[in-house]
Amino acid sequence: MRAFSYARAEDASAAVRLAGASARARYLGGGTNLVDLMRETVEQPDALVDVTALPAAIEARSDGSILIGAGASNTAVAADLAVRTRFPALARAILAGASGQIRNMATVGGNILQRTRCTYFYDDASRCNKRAPGAGCDAIDGFNRIHAILGASPACVATHPSDMCVALAALDATVHLQGHGGSRTMRLVDLHRLPGGRPHVETELQRDELITAVELPALPFAAGSTYRKVRDRASYAFALVSVAAALDVGPDGTVRDVRLALGGVAHKPWRASIAEAALRGRPATADSFRDAADAELADAAGLRHNAFKIDLARRTVAATLEGLAGGDRT
Amino acid sequence: MSIVDTVKQAVTGAVTGAMVRLTPDAPVDPLATKHGALGRSVPRVDGPLKVGGQARFAAEVPVEGLTYAALVYSTIAHGRIVTLDTAEAVAAPGVVLVMTHENAPRMAPPAIFMSNPRAAGASDLPIMQDPSIHWNGEPVALVLADTQEQADHAASLVRVSYEAAQADLSFDQARAQAHAPDSVLGEPARIAIGDAEAALAAAPYRVDLSYRTPRHSHGAIEPHAATVLWEGDKLVVHDATQMLHATQWTLAGIFGIREEDIRILSPFVGGGFGGKGLWSHQILAIAAAKLSKRPVRIALSREGVFRVAGGRTTTGQRVALGANADGTLAALIHTGVAAMTAHNNCPEQFTFPARHLYAAGSFLLEQKVADIHMLANTFMRAPGESVGTFALETALDELAEAMALDPIELRRRIEPDKDPTSGRAFSSRHLLEAYAKGAERFGWSQRPAPRSRREGEWLVGMGVATATYPYYRMPGGSARIRLTAEGAVVQMGSHEMGMGTATAQAQHAADRLGLPLERVRFEYGDTDLPPGTIAGGSSQTVSIAAALLAAHEVLVAQLLKLAGNDSPLGGLKAAEVEARDGGLHHKEDTGRGESYASILARAGRAEVVAQAEAPRPMEVMKHSMHSYGAQFCEVRVSAVTGEVRVSRFLGSFDCGRILNPQTARSQFRGGIIMGLGLALMEETEFDERTGRIMNPSLAEYHVPVHLDVPEIDVIWTDIPDPHSPLGAHGIGEIGITGVGAAVANAIHNATGRRVRELPITLDKLL
Ligand SMILES: Cc1cc2nc3c(=O)[nH]c(=O)nc-3n(C[C@H](O)[C@H](O)[C@H](O)COP(=O)(O)OP(=O)(O)OC[C@H]3O[C@@H](n4cnc5c(N)ncnc54)[C@H](O)[C@@H]3O)c2cc1C
Repeated sequence: MRAFSYARAEDASAAVRLAGASARARYLGGGTNLVDLMRETVEQPDALVDVTALPAAIEARSDGSILIGAGASNTAVAADLAVRTRFPALARAILAGASGQIRNMATVGGNILQRTRCTYFYDDASRCNKRAPGAGCDAIDGFNRIHAILGASPACVATHPSDMCVALAALDATVHLQGHGGSRTMRLVDLHRLPGGRPHVETELQRDELITAVELPALPFAAGSTYRKVRDRASYAFALVSVAAALDVGPDGTVRDVRLALGGVAHKPWRASIAEAALRGRPATADSFRDAADAELADAAGLRHNAFKIDLARRTVAATLEGLAGGDRT
Repeated sequence: MSIVDTVKQAVTGAVTGAMVRLTPDAPVDPLATKHGALGRSVPRVDGPLKVGGQARFAAEVPVEGLTYAALVYSTIAHGRIVTLDTAEAVAAPGVVLVMTHENAPRMAPPAIFMSNPRAAGASDLPIMQDPSIHWNGEPVALVLADTQEQADHAASLVRVSYEAAQADLSFDQARAQAHAPDSVLGEPARIAIGDAEAALAAAPYRVDLSYRTPRHSHGAIEPHAATVLWEGDKLVVHDATQMLHATQWTLAGIFGIREEDIRILSPFVGGGFGGKGLWSHQILAIAAAKLSKRPVRIALSREGVFRVAGGRTTTGQRVALGANADGTLAALIHTGVAAMTAHNNCPEQFTFPARHLYAAGSFLLEQKVADIHMLANTFMRAPGESVGTFALETALDELAEAMALDPIELRRRIEPDKDPTSGRAFSSRHLLEAYAKGAERFGWSQRPAPRSRREGEWLVGMGVATATYPYYRMPGGSARIRLTAEGAVVQMGSHEMGMGTATAQAQHAADRLGLPLERVRFEYGDTDLPPGTIAGGSSQTVSIAAALLAAHEVLVAQLLKLAGNDSPLGGLKAAEVEARDGGLHHKEDTGRGESYASILARAGRAEVVAQAEAPRPMEVMKHSMHSYGAQFCEVRVSAVTGEVRVSRFLGSFDCGRILNPQTARSQFRGGIIMGLGLALMEETEFDERTGRIMNPSLAEYHVPVHLDVPEIDVIWTDIPDPHSPLGAHGIGEIGITGVGAAVANAIHNATGRRVRELPITLDKLL
């Protein structure tokens, strides 16, 4: 084994301090992704700072918002009554991911920062710009069925695999951070980057910056939000395409407000702002939903094996919104 | 497995074809119809051991001073090693040995499967003897260390550089140069009866279709493993194998030692499915143990299983059917190509079902192979029949649709009265009965018209397909019975891979000897026992049964002799007695008999031991012997996303006499579940640019999870085959056959779409 140190942090400041003491420290949540990647030698940290003792409380505030400690397990978040009633899309997204055992171990912080499932990223005999910047990308002309249709670059076509993050993106979640320079917050949709020319830089986080909490602002109509995941088997598979959505339809049948995000399509959880803008004020009909999906996907580009995702995303967005609008309008 | 060939070699070695036909049939086994321990649902005898964690698998055998092995795999598909830098690995903590082609002991190439009845080699490539590379993933170094972690780490420090040579990796390109294999498991690669192409062209109804099936990798829950010890010149291998004695013989050849000096033990195997043969890992571990003079454990990682133990190969198939107006077939054409290597012998017998299933006026059945630089492919649950029935049985569904016939009615019209290509009589065939029973229980009459039943966004449909698998019985096995006053032990070097072999044979021994089940035991899994046959081709149950039956005849003769004239049995011939109630008794005169305990006591003997070899499997030379089934499937397909969910499944089987309904049901169900994987999700991603398998992990290589598997109903005809021991057929593999087609046909019924390429993932249905 490659030697690394292990320390358990008692609080956020201690975690950041411990991480700062090593050149290549990594925070350790449930380890369900990090430890796998260490076994594959994709991740080679010299220090692990265990952050599972950090706050894991789920605080349902009277203003309708919820604050979730980054150490909360995926299972705990999905089971939380306030989460389930105020933001069902989040509970559903989490439950659609991985397996019961993995969700018991996995933390909110770790889920957000889990890395891509691109098989070329995992295989050290393949070229990957994430693993070895500048090496090239073997996925672009290889098996790319699970890869990105939006926001990809010639350097990288990987996707962010999280289900939970798709719901967080749709629900306008904010991430609380603490680093060497102090604390700050950031919108979740701004946290992950598109690959561009530097796909190894996956987030806007600074060195050793720790996720301490995730905050979901009040959004009354999110009580009717949902999450739909399309995958190759009924359970225990990553999303080919997923949709998190909340829809607010006025008494006149027009869309008052909408939140929409896609998973499995890009290097980051994809907030569908174009579709949202196209829908506001439009009648909540199948045609509007399809037009909005088309607008969002106008720039989508398929590779050899994943072009089907463009149509799949369009259909899944439309069907999910139709479901929320109430009634089978296909 | 090399079944037909081995059987033929064994049989024709002694008798010519004409003589075979003249030999009388063996008498019907009286146990074929008798109900005792056989026919009852007996829970597996190894169950408590496994649940209690006491069953000791190959990677768990405790050994003093053990070292642990890790492999380094090549990253090119063809070429040679130019430099091997092992210095850093050698210096790493705990490292005992780094073995490469530069220091590996000299070893002869493995005798390839079918080159001898006892050959077990998956390929005849030399193993780590020179710098040449033949597939991406071939082991180029083995590291031994005091712990597995140290070995794994040191393996990551071995630096190898290669000179790549041109590699044949594209199946479509290689297909253009496809050639006929020497044989397909001993059968001719091509069978032509009449002019099938002309008959096809002239037929009023015809379909002519192309199919593609992908590679599959073995994923038994127990990854391949072996624990190896040299005791002086003697070699002991604790292996996970389904071919004990063949491994023993083959290793003797590789290492130039005597068979008697090799002992293989394999009391438990955590799933075989055709994959637990002799691969390079056992051979390398033995070589490393020799070089290091230390015992060695090799336990492949899951990735290692994908890289060094082969699986099912990819095929391209054509099925063309020409039908007359009355629904009989004028032409049946099934041809195609399977990817193989130049060093193995496993052409994926996908045309076998069409050789025996249906009557037709003309046939063209032909298989070719295309050489690819890849890991040698091998047997994987119903090799050939699994993917062959996918093509044949969906083509029949398309023909039925074209003729506006119910697909089951079409099968009735093409039911043959004898084997359509060999002309032999069927030993036992009740396919139509299996269809009728299955159709009734499944509610086949409710099958909707294509794309007509919809529940919300879900389109619902039903499909059906024939399942079939040959009956094989392997020659060369011997059983020994040790009978004492307490009971009996039956011994044979056979295999328990979780199928229930030890349980079923204990049931068999109990009934054969007339003893209660608690007083018999079946011992297996050790080459020190009388030689068993391979556990392949679903042949083991009848192969053991035939040897036990033969040993029992010897035992009865010995007991009668021991009993002598003072016994109530005095003067009786073997044919006049039967075993029951713990002794031998006159068949008709129920009062006349003597217990084993009494016979032994009077003779002053603690035990009687009888051993015999099974007679040659003459029955397969005289009859067309196969198992059958009808697979019924209901699917739901999302009209939005193309997701397929199997909502109901029924398998109705005709596999001779069922010995143990509980273990049998598990075999059928397991096969069907594996078939659902084949239909909907399983695919080894072989990157044709590099020959590298890109999804060597069970996270990315999809097999069905619980939520993908509906309630599976299984029924059977339970009609004994008069020509087989116990009236039984093997049942381990038939369950997977026909499933791909039943699912595909149901998807067509639900959606109106035909998908002719496996797996049927949702993108193919959008
Ligand atoms: C077989 C399998 C199937 C899966 N299927 C799915 C699926 O269908 N959908 C899905 O969404 N996910 C799936 N997952 C992924 C799973 O959700 C993640 O592995 C899990 O959420 C990671 O959480 P963790 O706490 O174990 O993270 P870790 O593995 O501990 O850490 C992951 C990363 O986050 C960093 N990190 C952890 N905590 C913090 C923190 N507080 N601040 C900053 N950085 C931090 C670590 O340094 C590391 O880089 C699957 C995983 C497996 C193994």
